[in-house]
Amino acid sequence: MEFLFQLLIAFFLIVSGIFGFVGSFGMIKLKDPMSRLHAPTKATTLGVGGVLLASIAHSVLIEGKLSLHELLITLFLFLTAPITALFIAKWHIHRHEKPSDLPDAGEDELWATHAVEQVEDVPDHSAN
Amino acid sequence: MIKLLHRIFPHPHLTILLTLVWMLLANSPSLNSLVFGLLLGIIIPFITQPYWPDRPKLRNWPMVVEYMLVVLWDIVMANITVARIILFKRDADRRPAFVSVPLELRTPEAITVLAGTITMTPGTVSCDLSAQGHNLLVHCLDAPNPEEVRDEIKRRYERRLKEIFE
Repeated sequence: MEFLFQLLIAFFLIVSGIFGFVGSFGMIKLKDPMSRLHAPTKATTLGVGGVLLASIAHSVLIEGKLSLHELLITLFLFLTAPITALFIAKWHIHRHEKPSDLPDAGEDELWATHAVEQVEDVPDHSAN
Repeated sequence: MIKLLHRIFPHPHLTILLTLVWMLLANSPSLNSLVFGLLLGIIIPFITQPYWPDRPKLRNWPMVVEYMLVVLWDIVMANITVARIILFKRDADRRPAFVSVPLELRTPEAITVLAGTITMTPGTVSCDLSAQGHNLLVHCLDAPNPEEVRDEIKRRYERRLKEIFE
């Protein structure tokens, strides 16, 4: 029985290793900055999730006590990762995209990043 | 009386959540950590009340559970799809694209959850809101057909969030 448990834990670890690797590999392979942004958001989902599942399984099945610490890590990651991604994306739009490069913002005409630039008269850095 | 209770517990759900988080942090179910967690759960919402005056109402609890399951499933499936794109697709064949998603949601909390969900499901990252918050700018890693991505987001996530928050 113990062997089966170890097999399960090893499976979770391998899955997380594979996805962590693919995420890092994506950072090298993908060429444009916006696509690179996809790699870190992926490593935090299945990559970290696998390690956490393995950790829960280890403490429940082998040590025989319930540990739910790991759920908190998932919660904090899900709260913080989108914010980092949004910061980087906004920086990219601010510096490298003109309003005409982006899809139509509908009735509001401008995306928030560009609208702020217009209001506060931020100098245009996209030329250099 | 009810008004007084509202003053002391501006966000009852947040109180419960903070207590739970503290219990999980302590990682041992004891009366000690329960009392301290409750203390934090009462003090923190009370102090931060001015920064969060609205009280979002969750209308549909079974839908919350369904939403979480759908998102978890999508994260697993999308991870596999994106891994395949990174490993096996040549960079020249990939079609990265910005997609504009018109929003029907108006509650700020609901839009936040939607944007977070889009970022956490691999292959899409939410990048910006339009000036008045009526559209969401989403970047796709590989979208040969941007309309499809937009409809998928509206059908799978926004419809459920609308039932939860509005």
